Amino acid sequence: MTSTRSSTPRLKANALSLRIPEPKARPGEMLDFGNLRLSEAGAVERPPIDAEARELRDLAFALVRVLDDGGRAVGPWAPALKPAVLKGALEAMMLTRAFDDRMYRAQRQGKTSFYMKCRGEEAVAVGAALALNRDDMGFPTYRQQGLLIARGYPIIEMMDQVLSNVRDPLKGRQLPVLYSSREFGVFSISGNLGTQFSQAVGWAMASAFKGDTRIAAAWIGDGSTAEGDFHHALTFASVYRAPAVLNVVNNQWAISSFHGIAGDADAPFASRAIGYGLPALRVDGNDLLAVYAATAWAVERARSNLGATLIEHVTYRAEGHSTSDDPSQYRPAEEAAGWPLGDPIARLKRHMIVLGEWSDDEHAAQEKQLIETVRAAGKEAESHGTLSTGSRPSVATMFEDVFKVAPWHLREQRQQLGV
Amino acid sequence: MPTMNMIQALNSAMDVMLGRDPDVLIFGEDVGFFGGVFRATEGLQKKYGLERCFDTPIAEGGLIGVAVGMGAYGLRPVVEIQFADYIYPAYDQIVSEVARLRYRSAGQFTAPMTIRTPYGGGIFGGQTHSQSIEALFTHVAGLTVVAPSNPHDAKGLLISAIECDDPVLFLEPKRIYNGPFEGYPDRPVTPWSKHPASETPEGYYTIPLSQARCARAGSAVTVLAYGTMVHVALAAAQESGVDAEVIDLRTLWPVDIEAITASVKKTGRCVIVHEATRTSGFGAELSALVQERCFYHLEAPIDRVAGWDTPYPHAFEWEYFPGPARVAAALKRTVEA
Repeated sequence: MTSTRSSTPRLKANALSLRIPEPKARPGEMLDFGNLRLSEAGAVERPPIDAEARELRDLAFALVRVLDDGGRAVGPWAPALKPAVLKGALEAMMLTRAFDDRMYRAQRQGKTSFYMKCRGEEAVAVGAALALNRDDMGFPTYRQQGLLIARGYPIIEMMDQVLSNVRDPLKGRQLPVLYSSREFGVFSISGNLGTQFSQAVGWAMASAFKGDTRIAAAWIGDGSTAEGDFHHALTFASVYRAPAVLNVVNNQWAISSFHGIAGDADAPFASRAIGYGLPALRVDGNDLLAVYAATAWAVERARSNLGATLIEHVTYRAEGHSTSDDPSQYRPAEEAAGWPLGDPIARLKRHMIVLGEWSDDEHAAQEKQLIETVRAAGKEAESHGTLSTGSRPSVATMFEDVFKVAPWHLREQRQQLGV
Repeated sequence: MPTMNMIQALNSAMDVMLGRDPDVLIFGEDVGFFGGVFRATEGLQKKYGLERCFDTPIAEGGLIGVAVGMGAYGLRPVVEIQFADYIYPAYDQIVSEVARLRYRSAGQFTAPMTIRTPYGGGIFGGQTHSQSIEALFTHVAGLTVVAPSNPHDAKGLLISAIECDDPVLFLEPKRIYNGPFEGYPDRPVTPWSKHPASETPEGYYTIPLSQARCARAGSAVTVLAYGTMVHVALAAAQESGVDAEVIDLRTLWPVDIEAITASVKKTGRCVIVHEATRTSGFGAELSALVQERCFYHLEAPIDRVAGWDTPYPHAFEWEYFPGPARVAAALKRTVEA
């Protein structure tokens, strides 16, 4: 962090000064990742799942990494995933990226109002989906579309939602990408940021209350860890030992504010857990195997009634915050390409090639096929209508679901609108 | 039939529902072993166990967020916000999450919770234990807001609220927990047991939501009131000699519009009474509804008697509280207009 040079004249020798954290590089400046705390792949120990949280404090400051620069899976966290599972994960990440590219273009073409890509962060959601059971409830934020895709949610339905067309499962009521699917275990995404964190803990508490075996998983951005909801979630998770996996997706940027503004200048987000008596893992979020292994550890711990774990996924938001954002205004254009933890798809691809389970040709063919799949789905979804053309859900449905049964005032307002 | 005070009636409603529905659970600050600062949950933890009635950290936003997740799972949480004045840290969860979950998920997820909270003044609670918060919530699409005025209604309405598949904000007029209050702080407190509405069945019964009650039939003017102010309005009618028809709204929103319009069309006059600050208070909405629907029946301007537009002042409790003298003056003004 560079400290700000104060513009206020200092008249007293012992004058206090205010720190305003600033990132190391702004547009036009040399890339500098000197503040990024890294560990060598394979260097971090993997404690037993029933270890006491107080024995695990160092893990909040280390970085669990499995894939080394040569594409080998090393160290105690290296999971034994079968090649078919790796291929499935790679495909889910590639499909997520192809989907993002298509929907980004759809927004640019005026077919919808808004879109948010997760480029560079695909492993965070897909790796977690691998480690969770299909009926565990996910409480994502807006950049975990990979969770839906990895769980097999039809991408046409996602597109219908983004386009707010007649088939939109949310009936045109939600901003694009704020999906919801009870069937696929994905809780209704809120645009308010952070609210889902304590809700996930409540869901997990309910599961424990009922003697169920399912757990909850939640995701929050580095920026939103400053919200009260984050701290409520950790407090309640700690007090009631809720079976939940609580993920901080530290993608370095909250719109234009860097992670230091969210408060990690002096302590990583993972270390927030320590004061709550919860175990924390800080993980290479661009390493699918590390994300999977850390999540699996936390899942096993939660399912063993040992409570919640906070996982910080260190990753990088390779695109703008949304289609309404231009990151070249506030960070170096080369920062994404220079990110020291690389790209999650490229890293898993390399690992699978090292294993002899994959090749450049197969990868290229897969990519081509997925782009074609997305293109075909896109055409079909657009045939159901878009926000700007074609059929939308019936306007009369706008007045439904405010209450279970529409009261008099909503019936009246619907009549006033003449629908 | 046994008589109960408001606290006993609320306790009985929760007791009944804990017994009937294994998915009902109660939590909030101090509600567990201790039974709540107003004793509304007394004995419930002992009877139903720790998991059914437990204490939470002092984090209103947290406990409502947790209740959303529980509701989405399929439980029916009944949460207590210790004083309505403490609800603001939960405002985002209530407004953006609780109220909208059914809508934004197209019915996939719901948050069927009951949020109980003591509101209103008359207890020398100062700014942070006296507020009437209803308008901040009647303004929010998707919330049902209830405010009972007596033990019999309180129990039946609370059971309805817990059984409701939509979230309900259940406002408890704390001044009348232990006895009806006509607005005279110097008079001895009369216990509920001497009031007919304290007759409360032991077992299960419901009072439907969104149904008002005629607390006093009359022909000269309609008074719209709820909570403690129902008793103040009745006293004002008695003392002023104005033959007022007092409508106890019971559910503020969605309000029983038919009961309101039928009464105002009959009397041709309307006075609206609430403790909350006047500007943008719930009385403004009621006044607009009456004007829109009963204009050609009105023989006098609609009058509002409300708390002044100041924070609730500790030492000036009785100058602030809209007592029977102010209500009676409004009744006279309106019938003489």
